[in-house]
Amino acid sequence: MISINNKLALTALATFMLSACGGSSSSSKMMPVEEPDPMITYSYQVTVTNLTYAQPMSPIAVLLHNEGQLWTIGEMASVPLENLAESGDNADVLAESIVLSGQSGAGLLLPGMSEVVDISYTFTDVNNAPMMISLATMLVNTNDAFTGVNALAINNLAIGESISLATSSYDSGTEKNSELMATIPGPAGGGSGEGFNAERDDIDKVAMHSGVVSVDDGLMMSALTQAHRFDNPTLSIMVTRME
Amino acid sequence: MNMLLLQAVKKTKKIKNKALLLSTALLLSTTAITQVQAQELEIKVTNLTQGIHFTPILIAAHDGDTKLFKSGEMASMALQMMAEGGDISALSAMLTSADKAENPAMGLLAPATSTSAMLSTMDANMYLSVVAMMLPTNDGFIGLNSWKIPSEAGTYSFTINAYDAGTEANDEMITGGGALGVAGIPAAPGMNAGTGGTGVTMTEGNSHVHIHRGNLGDDDLMGGKSDLDNTVHRWLNPVARITVTVN
Repeated sequence: MISINNKLALTALATFMLSACGGSSSSSKMMPVEEPDPMITYSYQVTVTNLTYAQPMSPIAVLLHNEGQLWTIGEMASVPLENLAESGDNADVLAESIVLSGQSGAGLLLPGMSEVVDISYTFTDVNNAPMMISLATMLVNTNDAFTGVNALAINNLAIGESISLATSSYDSGTEKNSELMATIPGPAGGGSGEGFNAERDDIDKVAMHSGVVSVDDGLMMSALTQAHRFDNPTLSIMVTRME
Repeated sequence: MNMLLLQAVKKTKKIKNKALLLSTALLLSTTAITQVQAQELEIKVTNLTQGIHFTPILIAAHDGDTKLFKSGEMASMALQMMAEGGDISALSAMLTSADKAENPAMGLLAPATSTSAMLSTMDANMYLSVVAMMLPTNDGFIGLNSWKIPSEAGTYSFTINAYDAGTEANDEMITGGGALGVAGIPAAPGMNAGTGGTGVTMTEGNSHVHIHRGNLGDDDLMGGKSDLDNTVHRWLNPVARITVTVN
């Protein structure tokens, strides 16, 4: 209500000023008009293929950034990364302060399936072109395994050019790999497995993942079977600059 | 004469000042040339695993004829000492003309940690090799075999895999056995292994150096077949990252 009143008042004021100034329309044409800086858009097409047998990937987080990285081997996982790696929720990673532009995949990326995620960044200063792309997703039938791309340089990628790579899997180090049903958020946990838990009961450093053991390979209490085992690489990725 | 000159130019390719080089090469071309400007390298080794320690690391720049190990061939006794007991002294002694950095981590390199060493390389030492035993394993080691050191300044980063020396059965029993030919694993530095395992296997069917099939482990720390924990002591390749900065 208040805003509508304000608008009415403004309109009235504008009408009054226009009528009061008489021939002001011709003089306003003489005013120097500031040219807006041209907008520059860089856009990328990211094709992601899940190479595993039975590890759905949580919605892929894709981000453009100019500094920082999503994780560093040997350092503690950030809380947003911990959240992604334990629960598959990518919202906090996409909201990280380094993110120039962030995009989420449509949903779970199932084994053997591919998805294209489009991401773009629009800016005015020619020096602000995005330098790096990162990508992260959880292997949901695990405690805290994730895979992705960490600060891949794309500053030299010309329009139409692509970079292809295969990714290894990492352990966020924030949750013990118990493989207990209650700790697996993916379908292997029966749908009620816990996702994020702020407690860190593993080595609390990001390292490479050692793979899942499974009940079929000697971990009696595991909710996982031989089907959930994986090896590196786990994703195939192609980044193409479109614009 | 022409061959000599060619060789000299080839050998000194890595030096940036080509003009100076060429004149030096011309000047010296009547005598045998062996001296080439040293390369200054910084070599960083990162343990990528979540639960495996590396014993003292041996980093060596050597000529094209030297090999610390070869996949598909039997391990030397020196390699065996490194892979079974973490002892790099015999391998190091074998490297008479190489440039070496020994034990940069001053002991064990813990999971998800890094260590660095500076290395000045001379002459024909154009190839880089890196080895270290993995604990707890019977005879597993990280291996980089004769990576050609680039002449161009820059930072080069790549990952390497875990090998099995093929010299000891992977029984996965922690017995303290690190000496040549003594069965068992010397130690589990993470203090997170079990006891009372009956032994995963008593034979080593492949006596050639090969890619390690990984630890098996089990979920019974007081018994079972293995003394290792299957949720802690397994790994997937790659197991280490090597970052070389050529100055």
